[in-house]
Amino acid sequence: MDYKTPLAKVRSLGSAHNGTGHWWMQRISSMMLIPLSFWFVIYAKKLTILTHAEISAWLAEPLNSFFAIAWLMTVFYHASLGLQVIIEDYVHCEWRKIAAVWAVKVGFFALGLATVLAVLRTVH
Amino acid sequence: MIVSLKLNKPPQIYQSCSKTLRVKIMSASNRPLSPHLQIYKLPLTGLISIAHRITGAALATGLLFFAYSFFAIAAGAETYLDLQNLLNHSLGQIGLWLFIYALFFHLCHGIRHLIWDAGLSFDKKQMNKNAVIELTASLTLTLCAFFL
Repeated sequence: MDYKTPLAKVRSLGSAHNGTGHWWMQRISSMMLIPLSFWFVIYAKKLTILTHAEISAWLAEPLNSFFAIAWLMTVFYHASLGLQVIIEDYVHCEWRKIAAVWAVKVGFFALGLATVLAVLRTVH
Repeated sequence: MIVSLKLNKPPQIYQSCSKTLRVKIMSASNRPLSPHLQIYKLPLTGLISIAHRITGAALATGLLFFAYSFFAIAAGAETYLDLQNLLNHSLGQIGLWLFIYALFFHLCHGIRHLIWDAGLSFDKKQMNKNAVIELTASLTLTLCAFFL
């Protein structure tokens, strides 16, 4: 569905410098995170009780590897979108705002990638 | 004093005077009075709304710890044991369960945002009812996670 008015299309993207993409992706990732969060809570509890050998074996089970990587990719993406909104709301100095948003996006992308690689190393 | 109150800009003393006096000054100056967030008693729905943002930021911070947990597992038994001891320490346990409660709260209010996005449930009575449902649901989910 296209939410933009004809006038908005003519005037392009407005002061937000962005379309409805951010809003939409935040919703998509939030819906994906509803089931994934329940997997995460199970993982967090496992962290407190399983030994290293046990949790490595647990993560190596196909369903858990799948959920781990799906959760990591989605949660880092969703968190960076959310932090972006907070920064844009409270940081008014333009260059600081851009720098902070970029730092969050690059940092969370790198962390997301690194954690996925860590899971792959555990389950290889 | 009165003259200065009629000016378009609030007088200099505005910043330094008490909150109650600020309201008096603002209403005496005949300017439109919008809710002053610092003295305005937020309704339950308002508190939940700001709590959604605060928990979101807190969850993003706590996420760093759980990101580290995957590195610790990949690194080996010793690093993992250090992390596990930290998590099983009483302070670690408090942190863990606060994180899980924040997560369930953020999830429940997130679902309500999705309902709003569908164009539903904007009625005031329904909003207050939903606020109570969210709080109960997030607490119940946390307790379930704790005991199951």
